[in-house]
This record gives sequence, C-alpha cells and structure tokens, in this order.
Amino acid sequence: MSKPHLVSSKSGFTLAPELLVKMHDLMVRTRSLEERLIKMYKQNDGFFWIGGPGEEAFNIPLGLLLNKGQGPKYDYFHGHYRSMGVLLTLGADPIDALRQMKNTASDPFSGGRNFCGHASIKKWNVAPISSPIEVQYSIAPGTALGNKRAGDGITVVTGGDAGTAEGDFATCLVWSSRPGNELPILIVVTNNNWGISTAADTQHGDRVIADRGKAFGMKTMVINGNDPQESYLKIKEAMDYIRKEKKPILMEARVSRLYGHSSASGANFVTNEEDPLKTFEDRLEAAGILSKDQMKRIWYIYNEQMLADAQKVRLEPQPSPDSIWDHVYCGQKGKPGRYV
Amino acid sequence: MATMIQAIRMALAYGEQHLGVTDVYGEDVGPPLGGVFTGSMGLKTAWNSPLDERGIIGFAIGLAMGGQKPVAEIQFVDYIYNTIDLLKIAGNTTWATAGDWCVPMVVMTPVGSGIRGSIYHSHSFDAMMTHIPGWKIVMPSTPLDAYGLMLAAIKDPNPVMFMKPKALLRVRPPAEDQLIPGEPNDEKVLKDMIDAPLGDRSAWKPRWPKLEDYTVEIGKGRIRRAGSQLTVVSYGRTLPLCLQAANELAGEGIEAEVIDLRSLWPYDWDMITASVRKTHKVLFVNEDTEVTNFGEHLVRRAIEDFFYELEAAPKLLAGAHLPGIGLADSLEMASVPQLASIAAAIRELAAEVP
Repeated sequence: MSKPHLVSSKSGFTLAPELLVKMHDLMVRTRSLEERLIKMYKQNDGFFWIGGPGEEAFNIPLGLLLNKGQGPKYDYFHGHYRSMGVLLTLGADPIDALRQMKNTASDPFSGGRNFCGHASIKKWNVAPISSPIEVQYSIAPGTALGNKRAGDGITVVTGGDAGTAEGDFATCLVWSSRPGNELPILIVVTNNNWGISTAADTQHGDRVIADRGKAFGMKTMVINGNDPQESYLKIKEAMDYIRKEKKPILMEARVSRLYGHSSASGANFVTNEEDPLKTFEDRLEAAGILSKDQMKRIWYIYNEQMLADAQKVRLEPQPSPDSIWDHVYCGQKGKPGRYV
Repeated sequence: MATMIQAIRMALAYGEQHLGVTDVYGEDVGPPLGGVFTGSMGLKTAWNSPLDERGIIGFAIGLAMGGQKPVAEIQFVDYIYNTIDLLKIAGNTTWATAGDWCVPMVVMTPVGSGIRGSIYHSHSFDAMMTHIPGWKIVMPSTPLDAYGLMLAAIKDPNPVMFMKPKALLRVRPPAEDQLIPGEPNDEKVLKDMIDAPLGDRSAWKPRWPKLEDYTVEIGKGRIRRAGSQLTVVSYGRTLPLCLQAANELAGEGIEAEVIDLRSLWPYDWDMITASVRKTHKVLFVNEDTEVTNFGEHLVRRAIEDFFYELEAAPKLLAGAHLPGIGLADSLEMASVPQLASIAAAIRELAAEVP
C-alpha cells in the first residue's frame, strides 16, 4: 500500500489519509477482480458473469465497518450478487471468486455449483448469496433477532432498487419494525436506477425509496454511494445508531452500474454513468494523497495478480460428478442410498 | 390419553425446556389464542407474527442462521404456496454452499381435508413438498408418533416439514399406543394441566407434565396391522381409514397389512419392500390430488423393484384432480378417499388374480 502525502485542505476529505488510501486500494482490487471475471467470461472461462463494478465506493466502506466474526455476537451480512467488494474487504481472497467463475472443485463458496458472485462465508457471518431477487430481505430479520439476543451485533442486508417491488422488501420493513420488537438491522438499497434493462422511472412511482421506511417509523437515509467518504461516514453513523438503539434504518445508496446487468447484456463498460473510482482518484490526486503514478502502480499490481490467479485457476479440476450428492443434508457426504 | 394437538404442544414444551427451541411463532400462534388449533397454547416462546407467510419462512431461515432454533407455523398449508421459493432456499442452502451453512428449522402446518374447510383450508402438500429436496418431511397419524416426530424434527440439523393432518388433531390415540412419556394417565387431569380455560386466560399458565424424551426416527415407518394378502401404505388422515377398512375386511377373509409411512422423506422403502415381498400386492393411499402425486412415485418404484414378484399392478387411491375441495359435505366426501372407497380399493386388489 502506498504512503499518503500531505493532504490539501481544499480536498473536502475529513477522513484520515491512511483510511482513504486503504479504501482506494480495496476499490481498485475489487474493480480489478470484476474486470478479470468479465474477461474470464469472454474467454470462455465461465458460463455467466454478474457483479458490482460501480458499487465499490459503497461496498468497501461497508466491509470496513462490519464487525466480522461467526455467530450472533457478530454482524451478519446478507448481500447480493453485486457485493464482492464487501467480501474482499472482509478478507476474502480474490482467487476464490475466480474459482467460482470457473466452477472448479476448489470453489469454497459452492464447490462449482453456483454463479460467480454468489458467495457464502459462514465463519464471517456472510449469508449465502442466491439468485432470486430480494429473498435476502425476508431472511435477514431472523439473524437480526439473533443479534439482538446475543449483544451488540447487527444485521446488514443489501439489494437493488428494482427488487424493492418484491414483497420481500415490504416483509423486511414490517418484520424489522414490529412495535416493541424492533430489530438491529441496516436495510440497504443500492439504487442504480436499473432493473436489468428496465429504467426505474418507468416502473416505480416512489422517487425516493428510503421514504418507504418513514411509514414504519424508522430512520431513513439517502446517501451518495459513489462517494467513499460519504458512504463511510453515513454507514458508520447508521451502524452506531442501530447498535445503540437496537432499531432499524433504511438506507438508500445511489450508485452506478458500470458494466450493465450481467454478461447477458454484454458486460461492456458504460460511459454515461459516473465511475466512482475515477472520481475518487481525481480527488485523491488533487488532494495530494496519491499521485497518478502511485495509483497506476496499484492498478498494475492487482491486474497482474488477477491474471496470474486466473491462469492458476484455469488448471484446477472441475468438481467430480459424484460430488452432486454431497451436502444435500447437513454434514452428509456421498450418495445416501438410492433416494435417501 | 392426549390428542394429537396436545401431543404436539407437549413436544414443543419439551423442545423449549430441553432442546433449545427459541421461537414458536406464526399467525395467532402466541397468546391469547395459542394457535387456531391450540397447538402452541401456553408455550413460553410462542409469539404472534405478522400475517405474512413469506416473512414467516424467511424469518425461520434467518433465525436458524442466527444461532436460534425456530419452529414456525403456517396456519393452513393452503397459504404456504407463496413461500415456495423460500422453501427451496431452506432446502438448498446446505447444498448450494457446499456444506458451509446448515439450516436447523422446523415448519409445522395443518394439511388435508376433514373439517369441511372448503377450497382454502383443505389442501394437501405431499407432492409439492416432496418435490423440494433438502427437506425432511413427516406426517404422523397418532399422538405418540406426533410427539416423537416433533422431537426428531427439532433435533434434526436440517429443515423439517411437520405436516399436521388436521382431521386427526383431536382424535384419541389407538388402543395399542402407550402414553407419551410423562403424560398423566387421566385425560381430564392432562386437560386441566395444559389446556387454557375458555374466556379470559390472561393469568393462566400451563402446568406441563414431567415430560421425557421420545423420538421417532425420521424415515422409519410403522406396521399398524399385520396381514398376508396385500400391503396398504398410507399416512395422515387416510391412515386410520385404511386401518378401519382392513379390520372390517378381515371379516371377509381379506388380510391386509397396513403401513403408516410417517415420514414422506426420507421414507421407509425397506419396510415396504419386506411387506410387498410377502404379500405381492400393494395399494398406496393418500388424499393429495392424483396427478403427479407422491404415491405415483411409490407406484413407479414398486413397479421397478417388484415387477416380477407382483401378483397385481400396484394401485394408487388418491384425491380427485380438482382445483379444490368443495364445502358441501357431499363434495368433500366425493373429492378425497373415504372409508368406503378405501375398502372398495382393498377388496378389488385382493380379488385380482394374476
């Protein structure tokens, strides 16, 4: 990691330069991973890509602020398929995401069973990411009750704006705010204004999604999720409130979607949305925190690492056909008989 | 002796006291009602949830992941349909994460006909549920089995669907069943101890008997009547009818063996195999609609495994393939197997000559 220079007072940064540099490093690492995953897809080293380039400025601060551990004393994270930045920040190794893309036997998240970006890390309370839109919002209040009983842990759930049309989103609002039984949960909507190819304003009359929380008496926040400093400060403020008050917050983070929905829509870079990483780099440079050359060097290191990891993963074996029978039930290995 | 609903309630009380059950919840599950069938009356962890089936199932998954031990109720299985993708997630989470997460949760829900429940309080769910791998699925037909299966469900580290045959919830146990371990001999004494009074019950508290562990292994059937001429396999509401029909037909010289499957998944194929290899004829009976019925799977397996040993084609007697069960007595009786149709099916199979 590069050492920060002196910060210009005109930069607008209030966070410590060391933290800004750390966030930049993790943002580049995450973007570099996503771009490698896209390349793998395009090189036929995977069947499908979906991910979160454009959400780094929100996901990295969130990952930094989660209290990582296993069990209800620690924070639970119920993410979605654009959450890789959170997982890398928690400490996930990028090569494991590449393994899931290549559906190798060594994929620790699913053993070659699930799409890329569908992680599961029980030892850090990262709930399994699944493809159905918004189901995590129905599940997350359950871990939040576990948190409330165990101490100061909280639950964080994230999903997209289009999916807030699903009933699960309403479920989350209702179950998190039952009078006298409020839950310590940060309900996040990362709003990129798209549902695959459908623009939000053609389907949603609610212009501010966070306003829906007001009907349930919960605190709401709308933040610029493309600004890592604002994200960090606002997520921290929200988490402090939730830990103290044991009550929910609905947070809407406005973010970009830089490579479209998924490989199904081409996975090509879009030029008409803000790239939060570029904006952040311009500010870091203007503030004298990192030079262009320093940042180029960070990009180079991660791009080389991802390439080397992808080449390694390419040689790893696919899961054995017999492995289809493993883990139908808890702790079960191998075929359990003809049917059971 | 306890009714099935009392047995379930006692099992949940035992689960709270000894097996770490943290939450028994669902619509009207907590006080003052304690469940529309009184299945959770007086339980210390029982609470009322929002009227939201998806929330109930999703919350149970979350509780299980969050170190809790939930028993969630869907008030009538007819209303579980909008949760099917969450049931799928509960069933596939261990598999999809290559064993990273287990989901120890129980869902209980009344199923089937028998109370003139009309179109939306009479559904069966056997076929739908057995189509969702990763779950274990049980359906008792006696109070003792209900107690033992509920304790097994609570102890299991996987999602377990506990289907309550609503027609049998208030039926007394068969003569051969023992008392639930710890249950008082006198049913009036038991009622005084664990049934809430009518009217104001705000100050009422149950006095649970000193209950003991009793587990019915999931996947094990029970031979309820030994017989030599044909095998009848059933579960839930139709089981006592099969038994009654078999007993009555003994007077005609027909000796039917009756197996209570008790678990739909995993199920006791070994028990069915041993019986059919003895009788060479088999009838499967359930009340779910007959097309893509769980019994059809059993018929198919019977054909594959016993083809050259059978003396008649395996038969399935099931509910008519209708959009619902009509309210009128005549409509319900005509829609799902009854004593007369079961007896006729047994008689017909017994009479077949190869």
